[in-house]
Amino acid sequence: MESTITESRETITAGTSMDETEGLTYPRIECKNINVSYGDKRAIFDISLPIPDRSVTALIGPSGCGKSTFLRCLNRMNDTIESCKVTGEIIMDGENINDPDIDPVLLRSRVGMVFQKPNPFPKSIFDNIAYGPRIHGLAATREDLDEMVEKSLRRAGLWEEVKDRLSSPGNSLSGGQQQRLCIARAIAVRPEVILMDEPCSALDPVATARIEELIDELRKRYCIVIVTHSMQQAARVSQRTAFFHLGELVEMGDTDQIFTNPRERRTEDYITGRFG
Amino acid sequence: MTDVPPAPFRNEKALKRLKKRRAADTRFRLYGLSAIAFALAALSLLLVSILSQAISAATYHVVRYDVVLDPAVIAPAGKDKPADVARNIDGFYELLRSNLLQTFPDAQGNRLATRQLGDLVTRLAVLPVAKAVAANPTQIGQELTVKVPLNDDLDLYLKGAVSPEARVKLGAVEQGSETATGQVRLSGPNAFKGLQSLIATQRAEVGDAADARSILVTSGTATGRVVSLSADNLEMDLLAGSASDFQGTRPLARIIALPEAQRNVSDKQIAWTLALKDMGRISRVPHTSLLTNTDSTYPELAGALAAIVGSLLTMLVTGFIAIPVGIFASVYLEEFAPRNRLTEIIEVNINNLAAVPSIVFGLLGAAVFLGFFGLPRSAPLVGGLVLALLTLPTIIIASRAALKSVPPSIRAAALAVGASRMQSVFHHVLPVAGPGIFTGAILGMARALGETAPLLLIGMVAFVADVPSGPADESTALPVLVYSWATHAERAWEPMTAAVIVILLMFLITMNGIVVFLRRRFERRW
Repeated sequence: MESTITESRETITAGTSMDETEGLTYPRIECKNINVSYGDKRAIFDISLPIPDRSVTALIGPSGCGKSTFLRCLNRMNDTIESCKVTGEIIMDGENINDPDIDPVLLRSRVGMVFQKPNPFPKSIFDNIAYGPRIHGLAATREDLDEMVEKSLRRAGLWEEVKDRLSSPGNSLSGGQQQRLCIARAIAVRPEVILMDEPCSALDPVATARIEELIDELRKRYCIVIVTHSMQQAARVSQRTAFFHLGELVEMGDTDQIFTNPRERRTEDYITGRFG
Repeated sequence: MTDVPPAPFRNEKALKRLKKRRAADTRFRLYGLSAIAFALAALSLLLVSILSQAISAATYHVVRYDVVLDPAVIAPAGKDKPADVARNIDGFYELLRSNLLQTFPDAQGNRLATRQLGDLVTRLAVLPVAKAVAANPTQIGQELTVKVPLNDDLDLYLKGAVSPEARVKLGAVEQGSETATGQVRLSGPNAFKGLQSLIATQRAEVGDAADARSILVTSGTATGRVVSLSADNLEMDLLAGSASDFQGTRPLARIIALPEAQRNVSDKQIAWTLALKDMGRISRVPHTSLLTNTDSTYPELAGALAAIVGSLLTMLVTGFIAIPVGIFASVYLEEFAPRNRLTEIIEVNINNLAAVPSIVFGLLGAAVFLGFFGLPRSAPLVGGLVLALLTLPTIIIASRAALKSVPPSIRAAALAVGASRMQSVFHHVLPVAGPGIFTGAILGMARALGETAPLLLIGMVAFVADVPSGPADESTALPVLVYSWATHAERAWEPMTAAVIVILLMFLITMNGIVVFLRRRFERRW
C-alpha cells in the first residue's frame, strides 16, 4: 500500500508546474480563489495560495484573520460547521478537493490534522495510534498494526517515552507528550499533508521546542501547513510564510524574505509589532 | 502628632467590610446546611413512618396442627384425582375445623361458637396444603403437620394492633370452682385488689365507658371473662379451659379497651388464640408469603408476587422500547440532525412531552393501544408501551445532555483521522457519553416503575390471582398494588401496604445503586 501511494505521488508531482513556487519545490496543493463565509459573514476573501511539498508553510496573522479557517479548508473540516460555505478550487493531485463529489473521509486520510489543544481519544496510547489504520484497513495483521504504531510513535519522537506503557490512557501523558501523540496519530494513517492549527499554543517552551524539532524532522516526508501566533516560531520552523489580515492574503513568500524584507507595509507593521 | 497612614492589614473600614462579608458567608452556609437538614429530615421521616408500619408485616402468626389426611374427607371416591384434591378446599378445611373442635370441645354443639372457632383460620388458607397434597398423593392417609396463617384480625391482636390493653398480674388464686349458674368463681385473699384498683383508675379516666370493656383473666390455656369482682372473689364466664386450671396459679388479667362489639375478634376467639399460643401451636414466623403469594381478599393470604412479576415484565417492555428508541433519537438529534426550524420544533416538543402529566399518557394508551389496536387489557405489554412513551422524553433529554457534555475536540479528532461521522459517534462519542446515557435511562425507568396513574387507566388495577406468565397476561404492578391495598378498609392491609412500598423502594434503590455504580466505574475524565 505504501508503495502505491508513493508511486502515484511521484507521477503526479512530476506533472505539476513549478513556476509560482519560485523554485522551492513542487506545489503540493494549489488553492485558487478561496472564499469562505459563515452565514452572512465572510471570513476569507479570494485567497489563492500554492503550498509546496516537503516543506513547512506557516500562516501568520492577527487573531480572527481567517488563517485557521483557511487551514480547515484544506481537509474540509469546515464541512462540519453547518453555516460555513467554501467556494473556490483546491487542487491536490490534479483534483479539486473542494468538489462535493470528493468524499471528505478519503481526503482526511491523506490530509492529517493536529489541533490547538491536544485531544487524544480517551483510550489507550496504542489505540489512539491504531484507530486510524484500523478504520482505513491499513493493517492486515496484528503484527502489521504493532509495527505501524511503533513507526508512527518513533516518527513523532514519542516511542522511547511510552513504549513500556502503551496500554495506559492517552490522557495520562503530559501536554507536550499528548500533542506528539496526536501528531503520531495523524502520521499513522500515512497522510501526505499535515495541517497544524497552533500546535504549541497550549504547551510550555520545552515541549514547544520538541514539537518544533519534530516538525523540522517531518518536513522531509510531508507537506506541512502550520498556523501560528508566534512569529519566532514561524521564522524558526517554516520555509514559506503567508501573512493573513482581515480575511485577505496580504503577502506570501520565503520565510527569510517575509521576515527580513517584507514587500507590504502591513506585513512589516505586524512583524515589527506595531499592531496585532 | 503626624498623620500616620493606616496599616494596610489593620484598616478599620476594610476590617468592618470584611466582617460583613464573613457574616454573609456564614449565613449562606447556614442556609445551605438547614436546607440539607430539612431534606434529610423529610426523607428519614418518610422512611421511618413506612418502615415502622411495614415492620409489623415482616412477620405473621401461623397455627400448627397435626392432621390425618383422611381419604374419605379430602379424596372421596370419584373425586380423588390430583386436580380434584387440589380443589377440595372444603375437605381440607373440614380437617382443620375438626382438629380445632377437638382442641376446644366446649364449642361443640354451639353453632355460633363453632363458626367463631372456624374463623380462627380463613377457609382459603388451606389451599396451599391441598395443592401440596395433590402434588404428592402418597401423603393421603398419612399424618401430617400443617401450618396455616392465623386470621388477620387475630394476628393483629397478637401484634397488639387491635386495641390498647392494660395487663395486671393477679394474686394467688386458692380456689377455682364452678357456680350453680355455670360460671366460675375464683377466690384468694386480696388476690384481685390490683385489678380492682386498675379498673378504678380506668373509670376515673373514661367514666362509665370502662364498664363496656372486656376483662379477660388467663391462666395457661384457660381464659374467662370477668362478670363480678371483689377484693377476694371473682366471678367469670369461662371462655376456654376449665375452672381447675386456675387453681393455685397467679392468672394474668387484661382489660381490652375496645369493647367486644366494636372489634372483629370476639373475646372467645381471643381466649382460643391465647390458649393455642400457650400450647405452642401459634408461632410468629417471617412473612415470606408476602413475596411468594399472589393477591387475595384475605390479608393474611395476600402476597405481592404477581405485582412484582407484573412490574418486571412491564419494565422489560418499557426498557426494550424506550431505551433504544431514546438513545437513537437523541444521537440523531444531537449528532446528525441539521440545526433548523424543524429540529427546533421537535426539541421544544420533546421537552414539553416530558412535562405532560402521566395520567394523560394513560388516557392515550387506553384510547390508542386498547381502543384502536385492540391490545389486551391489564397486560404488561400495554403498560410497558404507555410507560415507554412516558419515559421516552426523559431518556432523550438525559441522553442529549450526556452527548452534549462530550467535548467537541474528540469529534474533531476522529473526523481528522478520516473517521466517518457515524464512526466518530459510535467509536468515540457514545463510549464517553455511555454512563451518562445509561444513568438517564435508568432514572427514567425508575420513574416509570413508580408510575400508577397511567396503569390504572389501562386496567392494570385488576385483581390478579395468578402470576402472569408473559407480557400479554393479565397483571398488576407494584405501585398499583399499593394503591389497591391502601383502599381496603381492613386494618390488616395497612402494614401490608407499607410492606409493598418497602419492596417497591428496594427496587428503586437497586436501580439507583446501579446508576451510582455505572458513574463510579465508567465515567471517564480528561
